[in-house]
Amino acid sequence: MQGLIERAKELLADGTVAQVLGWRKGDMGYDPEPAYFKSEEELKDFVYDAFCGANLSKYMIEAAKLEGKTLVFLKPCDTYSFNQLIKEHRVDRDKTYIIGVGCQGTLKPEKIREAGIKGIETVTIDGDTLKFDTIYGAKEMPFADALLERCKVCKGKKHMVYDELIGAAEDEEAGPVGNRFEEVEKLEAMSPEERFAFWQEQLSKCIRCNACRNVCPACSCRKCVFDSNQYDTSQKANAATFEEQMFHIIRAFHVAGRCTDCGECSRVCPQGIPLHLLNRKFIKDIDSFYGEYQAGADTDSRGPLTNFTFEDVEPSIVQTRGGGH
Amino acid sequence: MYQIAKNKLNDLYQAISEKEDLFLPVSKGGQTNYGLWTNEAVADIDTLKTVKSGKDCFFPQSEVLYKSRHENGKISIDPTELQNKPFVVFGMRACDVRAVKVLDNVFLTDPVDSYYAARREHGTIVSLACHEPEETCFCKNFDVDAAEPGADVETWMVGESLYWKALTEKGESLTALVKEALADSFAEAGAEGEKKVEKEQAAVRGIIEKLPLSHLDLSRFKPENTMELFDSPAWEDMYKPCLACGTCTFVCPTCQCYDIRDFDGGKAGIRHYRCWDSCMYSDFTMMAHGNMRTSQLQRFRQRFMHKLVYYPANNDGMYSCVGCGRCVSKCPSSLNIVKVIKKLGGEGNE
Amino acid sequence: MSECTCGGHANDIRVDALIPMIGVVTDIRTETPDVKTFRVVGRDGKKLFEHMPGQCAMVSVLGVGEAMFSITSSPTNKEYQEFSIKRCGTLTDYLHGMNVGDEITVRGPYGNAFPVETALKKQNLLFIAGGIGLAPLRSVINYVLDNRDNYGTVDILYGSRSADDLVQLKEIQEVWMKTPGVNVYLTIDREQEGWDGHVGFVPSYLKEIGFDTNKTVLVCGPPIMIKFVLAGLMELGFNKTQVYTTLELRMKCGIGKCGRCNIGSKYVCKDGPVFRCDEIDELPPEY
Repeated sequence: MQGLIERAKELLADGTVAQVLGWRKGDMGYDPEPAYFKSEEELKDFVYDAFCGANLSKYMIEAAKLEGKTLVFLKPCDTYSFNQLIKEHRVDRDKTYIIGVGCQGTLKPEKIREAGIKGIETVTIDGDTLKFDTIYGAKEMPFADALLERCKVCKGKKHMVYDELIGAAEDEEAGPVGNRFEEVEKLEAMSPEERFAFWQEQLSKCIRCNACRNVCPACSCRKCVFDSNQYDTSQKANAATFEEQMFHIIRAFHVAGRCTDCGECSRVCPQGIPLHLLNRKFIKDIDSFYGEYQAGADTDSRGPLTNFTFEDVEPSIVQTRGGGH
Repeated sequence: MYQIAKNKLNDLYQAISEKEDLFLPVSKGGQTNYGLWTNEAVADIDTLKTVKSGKDCFFPQSEVLYKSRHENGKISIDPTELQNKPFVVFGMRACDVRAVKVLDNVFLTDPVDSYYAARREHGTIVSLACHEPEETCFCKNFDVDAAEPGADVETWMVGESLYWKALTEKGESLTALVKEALADSFAEAGAEGEKKVEKEQAAVRGIIEKLPLSHLDLSRFKPENTMELFDSPAWEDMYKPCLACGTCTFVCPTCQCYDIRDFDGGKAGIRHYRCWDSCMYSDFTMMAHGNMRTSQLQRFRQRFMHKLVYYPANNDGMYSCVGCGRCVSKCPSSLNIVKVIKKLGGEGNE
Repeated sequence: MSECTCGGHANDIRVDALIPMIGVVTDIRTETPDVKTFRVVGRDGKKLFEHMPGQCAMVSVLGVGEAMFSITSSPTNKEYQEFSIKRCGTLTDYLHGMNVGDEITVRGPYGNAFPVETALKKQNLLFIAGGIGLAPLRSVINYVLDNRDNYGTVDILYGSRSADDLVQLKEIQEVWMKTPGVNVYLTIDREQEGWDGHVGFVPSYLKEIGFDTNKTVLVCGPPIMIKFVLAGLMELGFNKTQVYTTLELRMKCGIGKCGRCNIGSKYVCKDGPVFRCDEIDELPPEY
């Protein structure tokens, strides 16, 4: 972490960048917040550890409008989102200086609470163990047990875009761990009734806070259809029982083919709804219909849903219906 | 004071729900929120904080105010019937009980909100004292006593027993109802019980004293400092990570802003419903000809100024934050009112 | 205002302040290309409620929307309420397409009023309005003219973009201008064929006329006009404590609960819409 701070200071001092976008330490040891730093003095509050789950790539949409270049720290999976934003012309690569930072997985504070650890005064990450001083005494739990779901099926430690790398893992070329489609396969194996019941139970918890949408790097519309007062779509609560399903399903459709599976939607959901499973179902289907595709792996290829090839699963509905010439 | 064994609580829920609707923390889909007790419901009163507070029981996230039809140029209006049956809310923590008072100051002042008032009139609140408060709790700053939660009936879980004390007339009648239904398993706690509760209270107060956020300095949040606080350059720095989502407002037990909207159900008529709104949303103050809070900085500032300055100015200094800490644990960007208090509240926060 | 304002109305089925009354549109006057004045009564043909000058009401077309409008008719009118409404959005578009006999819903009255029975009594009054801003002031002006003995001199300065945009012109010419002791000054922004009156913005006309400071001023119009009128008044030697205006913010409930029309700790729907200008200065500048 000190290396990141030193490098940030240098880049600020030599005028390469005008501000730094990183994480500022919080009060509890597990609650850093995304923050801008403009000086050496401000950087003393900079932090980077496994609690820095927030993907900063979406903040670059606004940061790119600031004077001068912005230095942003991106974890490997964050770089997919950044690339996708470049592809969609939402961020300005020329106004961004990217330091790719190593990542050993990011943590979900809720998991610590679920493990029964409360009254936390300090947190220390000691190898594979999380150690806590709490007002109820010293506690510890395995690091792996507090991982966010997305990190248990990590896409890999390789950065897709960067200007320089600091602290990246030695096994950067190592591929993905785990099978990220395992949960999707379980859902696919369910009967329609079971599957409906699963989603009904999960989605009925939705409080329409829009955190999933607002954090999502693929949800970068200036004005969302769900905020438009001109249509009945702008409901802030469920006027009908099917309302919350519609919101999430429409959103999943809209990010299909563009979602990099960064998992921010599930990280931020206050009700713990596994929203990433909707997106992963789309990713899995897209992979099987159009060939393996990872959104954000590059900046120039055409996305499967915005491209046409004769190998497509339905190359031409018009032709098969006999209307084509 | 009465006591009932923890393993008999289902009988208690059953007894109450035979007479009145019972709402209590229920685990569903891996999260605990207030819900209606049924035989299938998984009651969970061990979880310290429900995701949403119990405010839904009195001010639901969405409710139809009236239905209307517009046929052949003629309008008909059909108001929703007000709550007219008694119900019980069980397991509210001290902070959430205080939050109901905060809501009362808004909804029960002239002109009284009849929908809310009817629910308050017919609802009996059974509070539950906290046993192991968390680091995100900061209720002490608002003189909320987690060991003495108040309401119509207050209860304490000590060891394997729940202790029960009625405080109001409504609480007394609920106690009578429970006593009649449960007979021996709901027994007088006696002096020994009182002592156990006192010991538990002392222990909990000791823990609260030690919580990291228990000693915030709120001294600068006074109406006379409105302009100084409003103009603070610190907002510019603080709001930046805000995603403009509504998480903080929707999990907050005191946020009471609402929207009124129409849902045209075609032949079923138009439903005019009220739903929670969030001052964090960009359209909150949007008018046909403009918007006076166009930036997220303004919206972010509004939320905290309302809780810490504007509301107290209208309510004899009472803050509209109760220190429940839900925003502390739920904000996707780890922003929260504590960070604002530490930055702007006073020198004691250094 | 302590007496019941619903008047025991036959259509009054309200269990709550948020439930509206049914109103029938009995007259529609086209004032300007984008302003119409709607006359509204209950189904029984009687006035929906009593109000004071400056108060507002929520007008709704069911399924289209609901918004706050100032009541432009005077309380001294015992037969109906009137709303002058400018076309500027979905709801107002819809209202402009309505016909006499159509039904709308109305709830109110909301907010405070101009202090016609207290601070304004016996005072010389200067009304300054721009465009549709005349709507709330018209209620006061007619109230004052109907209780002429209770007030001193009355000066009315009213301007708009063009002669076609002056609302209530018929009443201005046929009633106000003909009432003794009332001076009306009209102005339009730019020269126009057939207009032989004053040309120029309201704030500059104000300074040209140079009113004596022995008056209490009531201002309403676009924010930018109010700003320059205030500056003009200060130049003429007026004090902010002599000036009243009305503010307008997004409202949903109208009763100080839904939380969006606040300026600092004041709610425009409940503590306003009428404010004395020195009071506004003490509030955060979010209006």
